[in-house]
Amino acid sequence: MKNVVSIQEVNPSFTNRRNFLKISGLTLVGTSLLLAGCNNDDYENNPANQFPGVRNGVFDLGGGDFGVLTYAYALEQLEADFYTKVVNSSGFTTNFTAQDQAVLTDLYRHEVIHREFFKTALTGALPDPNTQLLPTLAFDYGTLNFSNRTQVLATAKALEDTGVAAYNGAGKLIKSPDYLLLAGKIVSVEARHASAIRSLINPNSKDFAGDDVVNGTTGLDVASNPSQILPVAGGFITTNFTAQYLP
Amino acid sequence: MNILKFIESLADESVMQSKGSRRESLGQFSQLGKNLALAAIPFGLASVSTSAYAADIPPTPSTPIGALQLALTLEYLEKEFYQMALDSGVIPLLENAGRDRKVFEQISKHENSHVTFLIAGLGGTASANFVPKPTFDFTVGGAFSPFTNYPTFLALAQAFEDTGVRAYKGQAGNLISTPDLLTAALQIHSVEARHASEVRRLRGLKGWISGNQRGAGMPAATQAVYDGEEVTLQAGYNTATLFGADAGSESYDEPLTTAQAVAIANIFIV
Repeated sequence: MKNVVSIQEVNPSFTNRRNFLKISGLTLVGTSLLLAGCNNDDYENNPANQFPGVRNGVFDLGGGDFGVLTYAYALEQLEADFYTKVVNSSGFTTNFTAQDQAVLTDLYRHEVIHREFFKTALTGALPDPNTQLLPTLAFDYGTLNFSNRTQVLATAKALEDTGVAAYNGAGKLIKSPDYLLLAGKIVSVEARHASAIRSLINPNSKDFAGDDVVNGTTGLDVASNPSQILPVAGGFITTNFTAQYLP
Repeated sequence: MNILKFIESLADESVMQSKGSRRESLGQFSQLGKNLALAAIPFGLASVSTSAYAADIPPTPSTPIGALQLALTLEYLEKEFYQMALDSGVIPLLENAGRDRKVFEQISKHENSHVTFLIAGLGGTASANFVPKPTFDFTVGGAFSPFTNYPTFLALAQAFEDTGVRAYKGQAGNLISTPDLLTAALQIHSVEARHASEVRRLRGLKGWISGNQRGAGMPAATQAVYDGEEVTLQAGYNTATLFGADAGSESYDEPLTTAQAVAIANIFIV
């Protein structure tokens, strides 16, 4: 897999986590600037005005709406790659039930469509997609056996729940109503996926919207910031990147 | 209640059940004393239907408060629907190793929480922004028997959950100026989607919506819940290119406008 970004021999999740800790203070400043309205002095320091692109040899997701969309593109790349490997695994037709196969095939298609959608939309919207479009990422799933039903479904569950939490948390970071709606169109499909995978794992149960993800008192699903999501997703992503301008 | 949609639903339901005619449906309809006068409305008027009862809720304003008010009304509907179903015993206790009962107890718990949460979000019951619970008729004047007929209950549950997903999505733009409320609405939105997916599976369907198909066994009256879901062009990208229109449309849920969501709710408001 060819990447224009540098692949550093460090633990990507560790690197990301450290960056997030470093920028968490900056984020509050950025938000208050946005609320107060931008002025020229603030423009260059405002995270919302940071385009995605390589900084100091490493691709940064950027800030503002493009940053959020690029972040979503990274997550969709991961999901699409995962399900592509699942449906092409040697044990797919033997170790998975017909129902499993039907669900996982649909999820494969949906996530590939999401990935290609973000690639196309970002390419069209970014001022300079040649340098600002997130490259194709590389992934490593460690010892995960793609022909093992239990392992695949557990990973799928984690990815879908993470996707829901990520989009739920990213909504408030989006300034354009059109982009917000697009994220909304996708997140409910991710939630439908999460529910389906959870039912495959534990069919005769309330796990489809279990108390581990839906708060038993408020009835609210999880919403997480990029800094909470990327260390988790980053465990599978070997291409190094940063998210210095996202909270 | 939109009486013309109701008449249409009766007729189409009869067709779906392969017995009964439009005439019989209307006969059934005419037994409903309170609506007798309306039964005289000719079908030709359907195309210009704007008739509505005074009890109908009006479209909510395109503001954060309006978004929460619409959400609360829809949650009132879901809360009451599931509570009545659980109380009625229509949900089989032993079906699928108790799955159905567990599922709807969990969904009911969430809808109760959503009502409480949204009332608090509107400033409590004493707030000027508070909207009271309407009076619901889930039988729609006797057309449906959701609390004695389990398939009918499941069908309405699917319609309500899929409506909820689309309605919340349609309100996101109204909440963009209030980040905390937007986040909370999104957190409810994804729960409704989890519910919808599960209810659809209980009915033997995929958890996601293909094209604008309401799915096997769904009354024609619920088609308004699915119209417009067939979109395959997203921000200029043709989602049907790779795997066809079904997969493309399944990958994205579409919003309902305030007017569309209110119209669906009003079918069940008397």
